[in-house]
Formats: sequence, C-alpha cells, structure tokens
Amino acid sequence: MADTKTIEPKAPALVRAWDWITETQIWTSIFRHTAPINDRNRVLVMLSNVFLHMHPVRLRKSGVRLRYTWCMGGISFFLFLVLTFTGLLLMFYYRPTLEYAYSDIVGLREHVPLGIMREMHRWGAHAMVITVWLHMFRVFMTGSYKPPREFNWNVGVIMLVLTLLLSFTGYLLPWDQLAIWAITVGSNMARATPFLGHEGPGFQLMRLGDVQLVHAADDARFALLGGTLVGEGALLRFYVLHCVALPLVIGFLMAVHFWRVRKDGGISGPL
Amino acid sequence: MADEPKTPPPADTPPAAEAKPAAPKPAAAAAAAANDAKLKGRTTSPAARSAGKKAPEADMSPLMGRRGWMGLAWGAFTAASAGCLAATGRFMFPNVLNEPPQQFTIGFPEDYGNGVDERFKDTRGVWIVRTENDYTHEASGFYALFSICTHLGCTPNWLSAENKFKCPCHGSGFRPTGIHFEGPAPRPLERTRIVRAEDGQILIDKSRKFQEELGQWTDQESFLEI
Repeated sequence: MADTKTIEPKAPALVRAWDWITETQIWTSIFRHTAPINDRNRVLVMLSNVFLHMHPVRLRKSGVRLRYTWCMGGISFFLFLVLTFTGLLLMFYYRPTLEYAYSDIVGLREHVPLGIMREMHRWGAHAMVITVWLHMFRVFMTGSYKPPREFNWNVGVIMLVLTLLLSFTGYLLPWDQLAIWAITVGSNMARATPFLGHEGPGFQLMRLGDVQLVHAADDARFALLGGTLVGEGALLRFYVLHCVALPLVIGFLMAVHFWRVRKDGGISGPL
Repeated sequence: MADEPKTPPPADTPPAAEAKPAAPKPAAAAAAAANDAKLKGRTTSPAARSAGKKAPEADMSPLMGRRGWMGLAWGAFTAASAGCLAATGRFMFPNVLNEPPQQFTIGFPEDYGNGVDERFKDTRGVWIVRTENDYTHEASGFYALFSICTHLGCTPNWLSAENKFKCPCHGSGFRPTGIHFEGPAPRPLERTRIVRAEDGQILIDKSRKFQEELGQWTDQESFLEI
C-alpha cells in the first residue's frame, strides 16, 4: 500500500563486472586476501604471494634513503636481470665454435634487428662489475659487514668473484684477437696454481711413484681450457660456464643473499 | 635431562630418583621419573648405554643393529657421492685431444735459408731459425723457438726489417737468438728439442723445452748442427 520500498541504486556495470570477477573461484584461489590497506592485510598479502614475499613487510626509513644505500645492490640485481634477458636473446644467434663465433658476433650487429642487443649485454656487464664494486664499497663504508651480517658479507664476496668470472668467461666469446689473448694471459695464471698447476709450487709432490700426476695436459689450466691452449675446447667451456654454470650458482647465492638480508634485520641502518 | 655429568644410575633405578633425592613434590617427581624412564631407552648418553639396558626388540637383528645399519647406509651413500664427484671431475679431462701433435718433421735442412723461418708459426707455434754461428753452440745449424712470449704468453711477431721478435701485447722484444732485450719479458724465448729424424728430416719435439736462464741451451738436443 503506502509502503515505499527503497531500491538500491544499481552499481555501474563495470563495478558489477569487477565484483563478479573477484568473486570467482579462479580469482579467489590466486588472490587469497583483500587489498593491503591495513597492517594485518599487508602482512597476509606479502607472506602469501611468492613475488611479494621477497620484499619485507616493513622496512626502516633509512633503507630507502638513496644517500645511504646508493641502491647499488638493487641496481646490480636489475643489471643481472637485464644481462640474463639480453644474454638469452643472444643465444638464439650465437654459436660457440671456431668457425662461427666471430661471424655470429658480427652478424648480431649487422644482420639482426636491434643490433644494439649485443652492446646492451656488453655495457650491462661493464656496469654490473662497477655497481657490484660500489655495492661492496658502500657496505664496507657503512660497516654493514659486521655481525650479524658477516655471513652475508662472505656470500657477497663469493658473488663478486662470480661476477668477475662471468665477465671473464664472456670476454672470450667474441673470439677476436683481444678475446683470445686476454684469455691466454688470464688463464696462464692457472699454471701457477699450487699443487694443481703444472708450473705452480708443489706440483712435483703430486706424483705416484714415477708418474707425474700434474702436467700441462691435466692441470688446473687444462680443466679451464679443455686443452693446452686457448682453442675450441676453451671456447665451448667458457660458453657453458658463462651461459649456464655460473649464472646458476650466482642465482642461487643471490637467493641466499636476499634472504639473509631480511633475516639479519633488513638493510642496515645508520649508526 | 642433564644426565651427562652425573654418575650412571643403577639399571633398575629411574634416573629421576637420583636427580631429585629430596622429592619435595611427589607428584611432579613421579611424573618426571616416568618421563625419564620413557626417554631412557632413546638416549644416546654413554651413561645410559653403560647402564646395560637391553635394546628394544627391533634392534635385535642377528647381523647388525639399527645404528650399525644407519652407519653403513650413510657410509655407502657418502662413498657413492664421492665416487660420482670424482667421476664428474674426471669427465672434464678428455682421453683424446684434438690439438696439433707435439712432434713433427719440418723437411730437410736444404729447404731453409739463413734466418728466421715463419712457415710453422701459425700451425705449430714455432719459429725455425738457421744460423751460421749459434749463440751458445758456436756452430752453424738449426734451432726452434716457441712462439710464446715469456711475459704473459702472447704470440710475438717477427719483424724482419728490425731483425727482432716483437710481442704486440705489451711490447717485449727478442733477438733472433731468442734473447730478450726490451719490454717486460723477464727471460728469453724457449727453444724446443730439435733432432734429425730417421729419414734425415729435421724433427721438432715441443714436449721438451730448453730455457736459456737455466743453462739448458747448451744441451745437445736444443740445437741441430749442420
């Protein structure tokens, strides 16, 4: 009769569609929590998302102060991602053999769209060496290597070495004169490996009776080069080390490194 | 349970009885005693072992106990892993090497004029030098120099106009004899073994090297008298 029935104003179509989507089983199975608008939800969202859980739920103000961190660790990681991606693209064209290596490098510039791709990989590599050093410098100057972060400092030192080894192995792949002789000079250092290099201290001790166990064709340098000189074996070994082995190791250590930063109390603050 | 520092209790006495002789709270002490008795069979302390308690039924295998078996299993696993690691290391050292042979003949002496010959530099990494009067042997004949700079291992170039070997990497210079005279190279070029093959050809053997600074250039096989 006189009863008036209030009719809710209908929500706009877009809102209704959004509501319908966010209530489907697909959506709710992926996004378990509502928007991170309060502390509790922020924690829930961060901890239940594989991508977000790499970030801390909250961090110290100094942790985002550029003048304190220089963001060098973050930039190094970003460059690693850039190098992984551009390197992956280069692998579609590059063949690590004496016959093709150099011409494929030239081809990457001349015959492939975006001929700058190889240069991006190269510049990125140079930049990463620089940023990793600066990151080490910043960590050292802020005393962030001190307990409880001493373990992570050591992980970082290993990753610095791996960064330099990635740089070194990548240097051979263009297979030009610069590359060959740089690796010749560099790998000659392995001759002097104690006990395991055929010109190193104590190699004479590595013998079984009259049989000399360490000589030019089975010492540390040989293991590196796959031969007694920088040839096809060295090119292939450096390629595999550069593209697979070293990135796997450094990727694993990065996971440990980032995890450790969190567990040791986040990015260290100013004293 | 902190039973290490104490003397081993008699086999039939619950450890708690000794740990708490006064037993101010009988109920708690009894509970602790029961708990200790339950744990006793599993403890690894020498005290408990020396107490002479019989192992549970499951450990009474005629061949070996549970611990022994676990030890054997872990030992076998460790040995197998070490073996796999060693095999992986060995995998990196091939049995056949596709590199130029260390020994090779280079033709007859009359094929060569006086001076430095570059024809084997690219393929074999040696210079053949014929001389009227050798540096150490004071005779005419042949010697072969490794084309490897003694500074850091680059390949020098033979500059005939300047009568010297010149390394492009860091500028080391060597006389035709192999003696260094400029740049960072710390010692002369090395000589290979050089002898006559059975058919009269000159045989170069790179598996032996002769170093001047060690007095090895006086060796008979470092120089081929003609």
